[in-house]
Amino acid sequence: MSAPLLTATNLSKRFDSRGRTVAALDDVSFEVAPGETLALVGPSGSGKTTAARALVRLTELDGGDIRFEGEDLLALRGARLRAVRARLQMVFQDPRAAFNPRATVARVLDDPLRIHGIVPRRERPEAIAQLLQRVGLSPDLEARALHEISGGQRQRVAIARAIATRPRLIVLDEAVSALDVSVRGQILQLLLDLQRAQNIAYLFISHDLGVVRAVAHRIAIMDHGRIVETGRAAEVIANPQSDTGQALVAAAPKLRHST
Amino acid sequence: MSVRLAVEKLGVGYRGDGRETEVLKDVSFELGAGERLAIIGESGSGKSTLALAIAGLLPATARVDGSIRWPELGRLPANGRDLGFVFQDPSSSFNPVLTIGEQIAEVARAHLGLGWRQAYARAEMLLGRVRLPDPSSMLKAFPHQLSGGQRQRVAIAEAIAARPGLLIADEATSALDTIVQAEIVRLIEELTAEDGMSLLFISHDIALASQIADHIAVFRNGRLVEIGKAGQIVGAPREAYTKSLLAAHMGLDTPSLLAPEGAA
Repeated sequence: MSAPLLTATNLSKRFDSRGRTVAALDDVSFEVAPGETLALVGPSGSGKTTAARALVRLTELDGGDIRFEGEDLLALRGARLRAVRARLQMVFQDPRAAFNPRATVARVLDDPLRIHGIVPRRERPEAIAQLLQRVGLSPDLEARALHEISGGQRQRVAIARAIATRPRLIVLDEAVSALDVSVRGQILQLLLDLQRAQNIAYLFISHDLGVVRAVAHRIAIMDHGRIVETGRAAEVIANPQSDTGQALVAAAPKLRHST
Repeated sequence: MSVRLAVEKLGVGYRGDGRETEVLKDVSFELGAGERLAIIGESGSGKSTLALAIAGLLPATARVDGSIRWPELGRLPANGRDLGFVFQDPSSSFNPVLTIGEQIAEVARAHLGLGWRQAYARAEMLLGRVRLPDPSSMLKAFPHQLSGGQRQRVAIAEAIAARPGLLIADEATSALDTIVQAEIVRLIEELTAEDGMSLLFISHDIALASQIADHIAVFRNGRLVEIGKAGQIVGAPREAYTKSLLAAHMGLDTPSLLAPEGAA
C-alpha cells in the first residue's frame, strides 16, 4: 500500500450535554490511502459525523493530529488552508442545506473554480459544461435554480462541485441516504467511476451496512466515540468481532423471501 | 378475517396555481383485521398521500374520488380512537411544553372517557408496553429530553393509547439508525400482534417491509403497481418496476461494486 493520503491520530472531542461531558471522539485514529474508500459506520451518536466534520475543519478538536498529504491540517491558516480545502472536499446528505436554493447550477459550479483559481475566467463556462457532463447531467441544466431540479440531480451537482477543485479526498456524509433507491445506485456508480478515473479517496460516512458493503474497501465501526473494529469491508461484515459490528449486521434490513 | 379497511377506486388531486396535480389514481385494496400491509414506493409515489387520505388528514382543497370504507365500524372513523398515526418525525406530533405523561393521558382521556388519574395510569402502562425504561419517571419527562428512538416509542404509545384497530406508520423508522430501526420494527410487530391491530407500514425500504408485513403493495406515480403476499412480491414479483426495486436493494449479500473483489 502506498503512503497514506490522510492520517488521523488520537482525535478527541468532548461535548457538554445535559450537564454531563460526553466524548464524541475518544482517541480515534485511522488512515486513508490514495484512491481508497474507508467507511465510518456506526449508530447515531457514535462520533462518525464529528470525525468527518473535524477533517474539513467544521468542528474544532480538543486534541489529536491530522496529516493530509504530509501537511499538518490543524495548523494550517489562510491561503494554505484554502489550498488544502480544494483537495479535501465534502458532500452532505442534503445538498439543499449546503447551497443557496435560488443559486443556479452554473453559479454553484463557478464558485469553486473562481475561488480556488482552478481555470481562468474565459474558460470557466467550458469547465462547467465538462463538470456537468462528468456527473451525467445535461449542460442545459446550467441555468436552472437548485430548487427546480430533483434530489438526485442536486446530489450530482454537489458531487460536481466537490470534484471541480480536483480533490484527492472527498468526505461523503450520508451522501446517498436521502435518495430513492433507483437514484442511489446511479450515484454510487458515479462515485466509483470518478474514483477509478481520478484516484479519489473517499471517507464514506453511513449507517447503512448494505451500501457500505457495496462501495467500501475498508470499514471502521464506531460506537460511543471510539473505533471498535476495523478491517476489510467484506470480512468485517461476514464476521464482525465487536458487539456493535454484530448488532449492525443483525439489524441490517434483509429481504425475506418466504412468509 | 373480516375486512377492516376497504379502499375503492381512490383518486386524490391537489389543486394549486389553477392546475391540478393527480397524486393518486384508481387505487383499490382491502386490509383485513390484524393484517400487516406494507406500502412501498419512491418519492412521488403517493404513499404518504394514501396514508393521509385514510386518516382523513388531506387538506380541504384536495379532490378525493372513490371511497374509503370501514366495514366493522359502520361509521366514519375517529382519528386517534379508530386509527393511530406515527410519523417519521415524532416531534411534529408532540406539544413541546407538555410532559410525555400529559400527552399520552390526553389521548386516553379524550377517546376512552377516562379521568385524569386513570388516564395517567394508562399512560404509564403504555410506556411499559413500548419498552421504555422506568415508565413512572418517563411520565414526567419532556420530549426534548429523549433520544430519537425513545421519542418514536412515545409516539407509538400515544398512537395506540385508545386501542385503535389500525396503526399507520409513515416512514416511522426512516430517521433512525439501523439498530434502533430494527428495535422499533420489532416493537410494532409485537404490539400489532398482541392487540389484533391492523398495520399500514409505509416505507421506501422493500427489505424492511418484507420483514414486518404479511402483504406488500408497490406504488409508483400515484398508482398501485402490484399487491400480494410479502413472500410473493419479494420472491416472484410480476411487475418490472417491483423487480427493479428489488434489484436496487443493497443487502449484506449484495456483491461489491468494486471490481475485482479483494484487489484494492
